Formats: sequence, C-alpha cells, structure tokens
Amino acid sequence: MRNLKKWFLVTWLVMPLLVMADPVEYQLDNGLKLIVKPDTRSPVVVSQVWYKVGSSYEYNGITGISHMLEHMMFKGTENLEPNEFSRIIAANGGSENAFTSRDYTAYFQTLERDRLAVSFRHEADRMQNLLLDEAELLKEKEVVAEERRMRTDDNPRGLLYEAFSATAFMNSPYHHPVIGWMVDIEHYTIEDLQRWYDKWYAPNNATVVVVGDVDPEEVYQLALKYFGPVEAREVAVLKPQTEVPQNGKRYIEVRAPAELPSLMMGWKVPVIKTADIEWEPYALDVLAAVLDSGSSGRFARQLVRGEQVAAGVSARNNAFARLDEVFIISGTPAQGRTIEELKAAIMAQIETLQTSLVSEEELHRIKTQVIASSVYEQDSLFYQGMQIGILETIGLDWRLSDAYVDNINAVTAEQVLAVAQKYFVDHRLTVGELTPVSADENHSPANANGGHHAN
Amino acid sequence: MLTRIMSFCALLITSVSVTASPNIQQWQSSNGTPVWFFEAPQLPMVDIRLVFDGGAARDADKSGLALLTNSMLNEGTASMNTDEIADAFANVGARYSASAERDMAVLSLRTLNEHEAMEVALDTFTQILTSPSFPEASFQRLRNQMLTGLQAERQSPGAIASRAFQAGIYAEDHPYASMPAGHEQTLADISLEDIQAFYQRYYVAANAVVVIVGDLDRRQAEALAEQLLADLPKGTPADPLPVVAELSSGVVNHIEHPSSQTHIMVGQPGMTRHDPDYFPLYVGNHIFGGSGLVSLLSGEIREKRGLSYASYSFFRPTREAGPFQMVLQTRNDQAQEAHRVMMQTLSDFIENGPTQEQLEAAQQNITGGFALRLDSNSKIADYLAMMAFYQLPDDHLSRFNERVNAVTVEQIRDAFQRRLAPSRMLTVMVGGKTE
Repeated sequence: MRNLKKWFLVTWLVMPLLVMADPVEYQLDNGLKLIVKPDTRSPVVVSQVWYKVGSSYEYNGITGISHMLEHMMFKGTENLEPNEFSRIIAANGGSENAFTSRDYTAYFQTLERDRLAVSFRHEADRMQNLLLDEAELLKEKEVVAEERRMRTDDNPRGLLYEAFSATAFMNSPYHHPVIGWMVDIEHYTIEDLQRWYDKWYAPNNATVVVVGDVDPEEVYQLALKYFGPVEAREVAVLKPQTEVPQNGKRYIEVRAPAELPSLMMGWKVPVIKTADIEWEPYALDVLAAVLDSGSSGRFARQLVRGEQVAAGVSARNNAFARLDEVFIISGTPAQGRTIEELKAAIMAQIETLQTSLVSEEELHRIKTQVIASSVYEQDSLFYQGMQIGILETIGLDWRLSDAYVDNINAVTAEQVLAVAQKYFVDHRLTVGELTPVSADENHSPANANGGHHAN
Repeated sequence: MLTRIMSFCALLITSVSVTASPNIQQWQSSNGTPVWFFEAPQLPMVDIRLVFDGGAARDADKSGLALLTNSMLNEGTASMNTDEIADAFANVGARYSASAERDMAVLSLRTLNEHEAMEVALDTFTQILTSPSFPEASFQRLRNQMLTGLQAERQSPGAIASRAFQAGIYAEDHPYASMPAGHEQTLADISLEDIQAFYQRYYVAANAVVVIVGDLDRRQAEALAEQLLADLPKGTPADPLPVVAELSSGVVNHIEHPSSQTHIMVGQPGMTRHDPDYFPLYVGNHIFGGSGLVSLLSGEIREKRGLSYASYSFFRPTREAGPFQMVLQTRNDQAQEAHRVMMQTLSDFIENGPTQEQLEAAQQNITGGFALRLDSNSKIADYLAMMAFYQLPDDHLSRFNERVNAVTVEQIRDAFQRRLAPSRMLTVMVGGKTE
C-alpha cells in the first residue's frame, strides 16, 4: 500500500511537465545550431552562446588558454572598444558573464525579452571580429593570475583538488586545471590566443541556447539576421587523449598552511558519452544519491550523525562529461577524528554497497527526489539553458535531459550493486589528502608566486 | 514539426509576472502574523519562507546562538528523530533549509503541490517549527561542526578579513559586531537551555512573517499559513536594536596570513533598509562599485591596471546600519598600490559625484533589469521575504523604477559627501608582506 502510493506520486509528477513548451531546434546554413525553449513565466530571456572548447581541448604549455580567451572576448572587436560589450548590455538593463569549464566555454546575457537582438548582434560580432590587443592581454594576464591566486593558490582545498586531478588523470586532459598552471598563464602570447580563437570560434562549432518568453520562430529569424552572415570555418579535429589504463592505487599528499585536514577519493568511471553499457552512468548517479542526498543520505545519517566521524562528506558523480570521469567522495573529519578514520568509514560504506542491495525504500526515495528536482529546476531559466548547452556541447543530444528522469527510474538495486563492484576497486582509485602545516613550514607555490612578476 | 507542441502549450501557459501585474496579496494570520502571497500557477510547486527576527543580532553575549538554534530545529520533534525528519521530506521530494544571518532567521520549504506530498512536507515543517525537541546529542554534534567551520574560516584570507571588518566598524557591544558563525569561546559557553530560551523568545508569531509563492489559490494559501502558525505562541516582537555609532577615526588593521594575495576591505557603517538616502546611495554605489565590470572601481582596479580579479563595493542595508564596504584582493607586493587606487577612486567620486551620462547608464541598467530580479519563484520568495521582514512600503515594487529614475547627480554627490568619510574608514588587510 505504501509503495503503491509512492508509485502513484511518481506518475503524477511527470504529468505537469507537459505544460512547459518543448525546446525547438534549428540549424543555420553556416552550421550554427540554435535551440529555443519557451518559458513565458516572466518577460525575460536568457541567451547563451556555447563553444565546443575548454580546458580539455588544451595541452601542456598553453593550459588555461580557453579561459584566458574567454576574458579577452570582452576586450573589443573591430566594432567595439574594450569592455564596450559589457557597457552596452548594462545600458540595456541586462546582466552578462561567461564561464569556462573543461568541456565548454559559454557566454550569456539575461535581458528583458525584447532586447534579445542586442545580445545576438554583439555575440555574432565577437564570434568573428575579435581584436586581440597586446596591452590588453598584458593586463588581463595579471587579472587571471589574481583569479588563480584567489581560487586555488590561497585556497587549501583548491590546491588539493588540483593535485588530485593531476594525479588521477595521467594523460587525459582532465589532468590540468581549467584556469591553467601559473607558469602557462604567465607566458601566453597574442599569437597563442589568435590561434586558439581561429581554431575553435566558428558558427559551426557553436550552439546558441535561448530560454524565456520568446517565440522560437522570431528568435530563428533574429539568428538568421545576425549569426547567418558569419562564415563557417574549418574547425580543428580534436585528438582523442583517452586516459591510459590505471594499474594501481594512487596517492597524493598536499601540505599547505591550513587548519583542517581534507580527504578526496576518486574512482575512474565511464560517463554517458563514453559508457559501453548505457545504464551504468545512471546507476552511478543513483549510487551517489544513496550515499549523499542531503540530510537523508547514508553519509549524513551514518558518518555525520551516527559514527560522527565526518564534519561533512559528499559524493559526486558527473555523468555529463566528454571523457571518462572520477566519481569523487570528499570530506573533512569531525572534531577529534582523523583522516584515517574517515577513510575507513567511507570504505566500509563502499563495501556495504558492494555486498548488499540498496533497499526498495531508499531507491524509491531517490527516484522521487530526482523527479521533484526536475520540476524545481524549471524555476531557473538559466539552469534550463545550462542543461541544453552542456549536453549539446559535450556531444550528446539535448533531449537526453528529458530522458534523464526515465533513465534514473529504470535503475535497479542489482545495477547499483553491479557498478559498486565493478568500479569501486583499487586500480581505479586515487586518494588525495590535505595535510595542514604551519605557515613557517610552508614552501607552497602560493608563496613563491608573489615574486615572479615584473610589474 | 517545430511548432507542433508550441501551439498546444501556448494555450495552457499564461503569462504572469510580478512586474507585469503586481498581484501580491497580503493578510494577517489569525494570530497576527503578516502573510505575503504570490500565486504562481505555472510550476506544480510551492515555496515557503518563514522569517523571524532571530538572526545573529539577537545573540547577545553568546555569539553563534542564533545559528545554532536555527540549525537545531530539524534535529528532532516531539514525535520524530533526525533521520525520520530527513526521510519524511526526502520521501516526497521536498526540500527543507534553514539559515540565520545578521537580522533574519529563515526556515524555507520547497515542495511539490501534489496533495499527498504537500501534506507530508507541511506536517513535518510545522512540527519542526512548533515542537522541536533539541536533542542533546545533536547539540554537541552541531556545535562541533561549527567549530570545524571556524577552522575553515581561518584558512581563508577573505573570511578572516570579513570577520575583522565586521568587528572593526561596530562598537564592541553592538549586536552587529560579531559573526553569525560564532566564536570558539562563545560556542563553548552556549548551553541547551540557551537554545531553548532563544527559540521560545524569538520563534513566535508576533516576531514572524510568512511568504508563500507557488501553485496555490488564495484559499489554499490562507489554510497553509494557518496550519503553520496555529500552534506557534503569539509572543512579542524582538526589541529594537541599538543605533550604530559612526567611526571616530580611521584605523588600519593588518593581519598576517600565509597567502600570496592580500585581501583588502575598506569601509564604515552604511545605511538601514529605511534610510532616507536609500536611493541616492544605492544608485550611487551601483555606479561606483556595484555594477560588476562596468563600475568605476572595477574600471580603475581591474580594467585599467589589472590589479585584481574581483573589486567591488556594496551597501548592505539591514535593520540598523549595515556596512558600506569596498573589497579587492591582489598580489601582496601590489596591495599598497591597489589600496591607494581604491581610496583615490572613492575620494574622486565623493567629491565629484557621477557624470550625468554615468547616472543615466546606471538608471537604464537598474530599471531595465528590474524584471530579471524577479524571474523565478525562488527570487520572488526571497524578495518578498525581504520586503515583509523590513516592512517596506506596499508600493516598493511598483514605484521602484520611478524612484531610481528620480535620483539626480546632485543627490548622489550630496548623499555620498554627507554619509561617507574616507578619513574615518576602517581598513582591513589580510595577507603577506605588502612592501
């Protein structure tokens, strides 16, 4: 009876989504893809331009260049002064920014719905007419160096994550940080950036995603007008850089001036894009939710509240990536507990998943939460755009986001057990530990970096 | 094919927005609590914010008490333990969260409006609110977690600077001088009795506002509010907070930290939510340091000189005067230069005010972007909670753009000259050697 009621809930939940309009897809003759998702709740529109380029397209010596180029995209074109793009968007009541990740670079504006043309006009402009200026680059390299110091060098957990990724991934480009190594940031040249821009910034390597109170056909006409004339270019062919097999457990210690130890454990796993067995990434998502779904997950219940071995501990599976990923568990020991105790407690949790089936009740709970999330997510125009943009840019069909709920619903307890046994093994594991040291003991690059600059 | 579902859906989706039709409804619950309701029928969900005047400003000499009390609420009730509460929400896909900031203590619930799911979520939420059991074991654990949080703070130069800044711009005995996250000594002093007393004093109907946004009609929203508040004692509103004193002289506080950057925070007490200079100061700061990359401060620090990634300024208007604060981080050896540029930019702005062109650009940005601030249920709920809590006038939303457009260059210059005094500001620098 209880279960029947829950299943009723699950079917009820899927119904209301029908009132949200489906996205509409177009392709321009120059190869640019346009996806429009109407959402009429507010007189607002989000416009995002996604390029298939990010730090996983980079190689040693120029790491972080996708992110650097993202900064330079605000520094003027043949038609606009440096920062004029930002001023124009501001004067139109908009907000704007950009972000770079491993698999994508995206630019976005949020505007009142009748201002969409402003976004399209200037995005089309900087897609083809970027002016890379030597003096602007010099300043912006300093800005990015400061960004790196703030996010990573002076942030012990940032340092741990960076060292962890560089250890877990040997030849996969997920090895290097999105922002790049400091020495690479210091040595970009105008030619490096021009080459990167010419290589990847083309309409046939871009997806425009528009979400908001708009008519798809009108957006299409606008796109034809502004993006239509941009000429298609030959886009570089990406080398596979498939990660070599891992032959044993890896361990990395980061000693940094810090107050708290921190632990990061990661197991190599396939993602939706790379999986030979289609359901496995979804089973790994369910497994992550069994361990960590806020206050009701096993970690919160057993490690934080029960054993009180962790002050906080989380599990994360990123199924939406271009290349194989690591399933990451990270945490901080509770007061008076050690990294070793936390590690043992996490391993015990993994062992339980490998030896006993997740209960029907837990499985139902997780599925209900996923379905509820799919409703809640629609509260954010920006997030709706993100979902479409990420899928499209990593080379998946954006319609997969609609299928996500069904794919999670199809996961069985046996499948969770199977992925736990298959992937949570030592020859896929990397362990990273942050060991706090006093400031005097510290020889971290954070302190060395300060003196390297000429100006 | 492209239009097949479109035409169908166009019939089903109606366009309702806060700005287009400000159909915000207000009433009082039967025990006197103000209820604000915005009907948003497009998504099958409901957001609730229950806000009490029980933030860190009410900590008295036990810094951290408001936050600890707030985080204890979902640890147990008369009939449920922590695990059961967590499961009850999760089983129906509901999300509970709670927070305690400077002024506000907030309990939030997001739930689907499906009958059974909402009933379970609301029952649990109501129990948390009205019959928390404050278990001893949870108390010890949460206090330990806060101690861990304080350690995390001490490895972040930005967090160290924020704490020192807050302590430095308020008199030692002002309730705003300490941080919501507490302090080692005060946390050690807090007892379970303190938490119970704090709950009984501040989590009462006369000290609350309720905001409901979502797919309900007025009748359902009224019933919901009644259910939430029915068993909450009436109590009394929190006492007025002491007025904030101006700083009497400029102070520089340099804190050594093993970081490659120095975090710089400069400022003074700023303004309240009801400040008569609210609009000139708000619009003026938008031009000076509040509009991201296009602000004057970011222009001088980042765009012209490449000195920092994030340089900005803000007024944080609260019950009593919240801070005016300028922030940047830069490599240790250029901290003095960045500080000099920051102060010069501020002095110039105070002396000259903005240009007419800068003012118009800011007005266009603020008024043209008004809809963006209210384009989701969660943003609407947060905004209404702010309005309800600070008792802003009913016409705040409908006349917001008009008031922004009425601000003149002279008003901004006048307000900045009267209200900001660079020579009496606090400067906090956290980092390595700056020469």
